[in-house]
Amino acid sequence: MKALRPVLLLVLLALAVVFPLLFPNPAVDTVAVLTVLFATAVTAWNAFSGYSGYISIGHAAFFGIGSYAVAILCQDWHVPGGYLPFLLLPVAGLIAVVFAVPMGWVALRTRKHTFVILTIAMFFIMQLMAFNLRGLTNGSRGMSLPIPTHWSGAFYDLPFYYVGLALLLLALAVSWWIRNSKYGLGLLAIRDDEDRARGLGVRTGAFKLTAFVIAAFFFGMVGGLHAYFVESIFPAFAFDPLIDLMVALMAFLGGLGTLAGPVLGAVILEPAQQYFTIWFSRPGYYLMIYGALFLVIILLLPQGIIPALRARFTRSEALAGPVRHTEGGDGLAGAALAAEGDAERGGGA
Amino acid sequence: MRIVVDAIITGVLSGGIYVLMALGLTLIFGVMDIINVGQGALVILGAYLSYVLQQHLHIDLFLGLLITMPVMFGLGVALEAAFVRPIRWERTTLSILVTFAIALLIQGALSLVFSTNLVQMHAWYVDHSLRIGSFYLAWVYIFDFLLSVVLVAGLYLLLNRTKFGASLRASMQNRTAAQLIGIDVERVSAITFGIGVALAAAGGMAYGATSAFNPNSQYDLISRLLAIIILGGMGSLRGAVIAGLGMLVVEDVTSVVWSPVWASTVFYMALVVVLVVRPQGLFGRLAGRQQ
Repeated sequence: MKALRPVLLLVLLALAVVFPLLFPNPAVDTVAVLTVLFATAVTAWNAFSGYSGYISIGHAAFFGIGSYAVAILCQDWHVPGGYLPFLLLPVAGLIAVVFAVPMGWVALRTRKHTFVILTIAMFFIMQLMAFNLRGLTNGSRGMSLPIPTHWSGAFYDLPFYYVGLALLLLALAVSWWIRNSKYGLGLLAIRDDEDRARGLGVRTGAFKLTAFVIAAFFFGMVGGLHAYFVESIFPAFAFDPLIDLMVALMAFLGGLGTLAGPVLGAVILEPAQQYFTIWFSRPGYYLMIYGALFLVIILLLPQGIIPALRARFTRSEALAGPVRHTEGGDGLAGAALAAEGDAERGGGA
Repeated sequence: MRIVVDAIITGVLSGGIYVLMALGLTLIFGVMDIINVGQGALVILGAYLSYVLQQHLHIDLFLGLLITMPVMFGLGVALEAAFVRPIRWERTTLSILVTFAIALLIQGALSLVFSTNLVQMHAWYVDHSLRIGSFYLAWVYIFDFLLSVVLVAGLYLLLNRTKFGASLRASMQNRTAAQLIGIDVERVSAITFGIGVALAAAGGMAYGATSAFNPNSQYDLISRLLAIIILGGMGSLRGAVIAGLGMLVVEDVTSVVWSPVWASTVFYMALVVVLVVRPQGLFGRLAGRQQ
């Protein structure tokens, strides 16, 4: 199994690269673009929430900030449609970082429960700003982005897909690095027992904030790319609470705190969501199916697909189970032990 | 000055409505350690139930509570048993996602049945106003406030004068210890959830009588309610009352001295400032390590 892993990863990567060439159907490729975008967002979200245990239901705020950043910059600098707007994505990410540092600093002063709902509240503050700062965002009338007029038909989705795929690979690399570094071990220690981690010399505040900001950076870039892809943005859609929910659900379905779980969750749920949106176009049905799906996943498979599979296929189940089960015992040692266990199995992927 | 005083009066009166909804939320959190993100949707469901009773059976909005509150209590008990109790792993986080999913289900069902057109309730006390000097106030604000006072007083008596209240407070203080001295914490949890949802029904009626609503109003409501219970301190009943009244006063005063557009933003800003100084909220206990 171990020797096969690099081969398997290369095959998956090659499949991802040639996918739009195999299916040159614009409808399919649109779903592929959205899937890649969500996979990036979930991977980045997991690098903060999955590893540190601080569940953020507000990172969609940075998605919205990135969307508006690209829209406003394109408008002010008269950027034409084409490849140029892609260069603005890192700028959008950095603008999201500028917002994320103070927001994260305030939110991370609180502990788990309060933190979760504080992130929700911050998300709604930003949505309100997008509605209210009319001079900047044009209020509820929304903004339009440059349209790449000379891309047409089946080609249209390709640049978006490959830029999105590049972002996904970058996010995966960052997530992999965090998981296998001393920094990541510190985050896991925070997840298991924050006070003890601090007692052992982990700089918890800086650790948490860094991961929060890294995730925000990716959300900003994903938001910007999504805005350019859909060509126009509105406050209620750029700052959409469903995005937060989708991201959390995808991470939980795949396996919170694993490297590959978020991608798996996105690959399963994003096409499913697009399918539901098309076939059950009345908003009520769509929301109900979504809520029901959510309940089923969480109640039947609360640990996610990857941890469940791993528990089945690994003999030493004590190591395979989520670290949190070592409650009351040696939490920090448990984290270190599990991280080592994962490293032995090749980084948990 | 005059308009500021008027704004404070309306702020306090309409704040009572938010106190009802927020009490349900903070009570559930206190006992069960979970955050019911579905509270906003349940409030809207309560508002629609009262609306239907009035439209089809011609039952007065306030009398209708005698039907909707028990029904919603039952719904709360059922939701707790079906979706919240089975969560064994990562309770806090998963319960947020589960209740969010319940919110989506309710929002979806309501949009299917009632569409997303805004609904406005009517009754003589909604359409007629009381004149105080140069200032008009719809009767419904006064009735709503009285309703809040009665229900909060009832809740206070229930918590402090009954045996059930004692076991509820014990479960709030320490779940494990309460279990050890023979309190059926599961039963207390189910009933608490029911009470929280019944309070949402009352809050929903009061809210629907003062402002137009549709199924999407749940997002606006839940973000305000969460802000209120964080500001008051999670699990603190006194905090929820003070923060609920305070929020609406701040909003109403801001909207007359500055602009209605920024009314809720100012409140959220105040929340952030308070959290910088006191991360546990006004009356909360520090969420440090639990032994």
